[in-house]
Amino acid sequence: MKILVCISSVPDTTSKINFTADKSAFDKNGIQWVINPLDEFALTKAVKLQESQGATVTVINVGDTATEPVIRKALAIGANDAVRVNLDPKDSYSTAKEIAAVAQSGGYDLILCGKESIDYNGGSVPGMVAQLLNQPFVNASVGLDVNGSEATAVREIEGGKETISVKLPAVIAGQKGLVDEKDLIIPNMRGIMSARTKPLQVVEPTSSEVKVQGVSYDSVPARAAVKMVSPDNLDELVRLLHEEAKVI
Amino acid sequence: MAVFVYAENINGVYKKAAFEAVSYAKAVADQAGDTVTAISVNPTDSSDVLYKYGASNVINIKDEGLKNFSAKAFAQAVSEVAEGNTIVFPHTTDASSIAPMLAVMKNYSLITNVLEAPESLSPFQVKRRAFSGKGFMHAKAEGNGVIITVSQNAFGVKENTVSGSEEVKNLSVANEDTKVISHEQSSGKLDLKEAEVVVSAGRGMKGPENWGMIEELANVLGAATACSKPVSDIGWRPHTEHVGQTGKAISPNLYIAVGISGAIQHLAGVNSSKTIVVINNDAEAPFFKSADYGVVGDAFQIIPALTEKIKAIKG
Ligand SMILES: Cc1cc2nc3c(=O)[nH]c(=O)nc-3n(C[C@H](O)[C@H](O)[C@H](O)COP(=O)(O)OP(=O)(O)OC[C@H]3O[C@@H](n4cnc5c(N)ncnc54)[C@H](O)[C@@H]3O)c2cc1C
Repeated sequence: MKILVCISSVPDTTSKINFTADKSAFDKNGIQWVINPLDEFALTKAVKLQESQGATVTVINVGDTATEPVIRKALAIGANDAVRVNLDPKDSYSTAKEIAAVAQSGGYDLILCGKESIDYNGGSVPGMVAQLLNQPFVNASVGLDVNGSEATAVREIEGGKETISVKLPAVIAGQKGLVDEKDLIIPNMRGIMSARTKPLQVVEPTSSEVKVQGVSYDSVPARAAVKMVSPDNLDELVRLLHEEAKVI
Repeated sequence: MAVFVYAENINGVYKKAAFEAVSYAKAVADQAGDTVTAISVNPTDSSDVLYKYGASNVINIKDEGLKNFSAKAFAQAVSEVAEGNTIVFPHTTDASSIAPMLAVMKNYSLITNVLEAPESLSPFQVKRRAFSGKGFMHAKAEGNGVIITVSQNAFGVKENTVSGSEEVKNLSVANEDTKVISHEQSSGKLDLKEAEVVVSAGRGMKGPENWGMIEELANVLGAATACSKPVSDIGWRPHTEHVGQTGKAISPNLYIAVGISGAIQHLAGVNSSKTIVVINNDAEAPFFKSADYGVVGDAFQIIPALTEKIKAIKG
């Protein structure tokens, strides 16, 4: 079985998000880059399938050379090889098109993604890749088993969950629950050393059609100063919530 | 051309998110001088509830094959009936699975997590959530058609009754790639993303056995419950309740955070709540900086007392 895992390189979760002075772009100064946390669940799941079913795991990232450390980290976690499409992605559609092009020629049985990336929160790439490849798509997946040419996926639904059988090849977008948080793989020294010699293929983009542009960005406005209420005066808290904030 | 909107239902019953999406579509249609057509798959609810939010036409897709959800089959069905160049979805799990597939089918632009009415219609430009709530993006669609998903609880539900008519479309979309094996829905529980009040608790609660008081406060307020990431990682609460950068992003009217430190990753998912109350025994907890109201003290004393007081005024 061949698995393709889509990873995106995103600002570390502790990053303060700043924009350039003219607000036209995200300011990358001083940012540490990590594998999108939701993609880590997908990657770990793929590595587990590699161990249990002898699958091969390829990671793909659409990004410029700056994303290579993050790709190497994915290799250290256990992917067999990697593909980088040499394009600084501008929107979900252009990213999905490049992933689909690589997937098409690679003949993968399963494509695993994170449900959304924590930077632009598009949540669009996985579904677009599925449609571009004309494959079934399961989103918000919190469980997955593979059995021959079929997978059983559990997806989160509002107020519950649903178990689905899916014909492979398919695209599955995962989140926490796809594997347990405690099972996420932290690369060890051996992994890091071997990642250096694993193949990382760089391919040029096939097109660069962009469908959505980020015109400008705003920071989150600061809240007014907090009003502190004494724990001995909860009547006052209730009054404030009722009369001032009008939320109860 | 008319603005189309996907009115999501659960077991035939429209969700609040559907009313919000229709309200949004109506705002776009008013801006464009046009009307709203709602699309629904196998509803049992009356279309009247959609006229109430501004849909003047409702297309009810009847398709036995769509009894079970499949993103691809639903996208196919919607694409067969949606003729407008603007299609609105709520940003629910199902709708945000359908929308990207539909965008590719139609060759339209897709803008997700939309927060406000559009800034302009041609080109379509709108403010959306980005950086997990640590920033906003003004996104512009290229090309002719646009699909948007509206972030839940952002635009709000707005009554705007119009006289409407209904049309039934019998389809039989192929739905062979996926098969639902089992479906579990916990009844009577408020949906976290739709809830207007959320009571959330963190590691400060010490253990799952102490959640009774959190649930009681939530009950009295008609609220949903949530938790911080470590709480769901340790298994004190189901991961469906985990809010934050890597969990759910929510924007209720009132968010009460109990025994949660207010780490940047937690804030990312909740800081668009309209009013935030923080209860923490550590006066230095970072969450107080992002709160509207704060109480420094022991949650184990404050929560039961607060619950009694709210019960009293709710009478
Ligand atoms: C990649 C990554 C992603 C993450 N994503 C998220 C996310 O999506 N959501 C999230 O929540 N976190 C996330 N985190 C974790 C985040 O950094 C914090 O660790 C977490 O939010 C802390 O949870 P907590 O406040 O419940 O626990 P703690 O940090 O342990 O804080 C507990 C608080 O309870 C208070 N307290 C203790 N006893 C009492 C009492 N009796 N009465 C009142 N108060 C009391 C303490 O003063 C303290 O402030 C992420 C971390 C990483 C690395």
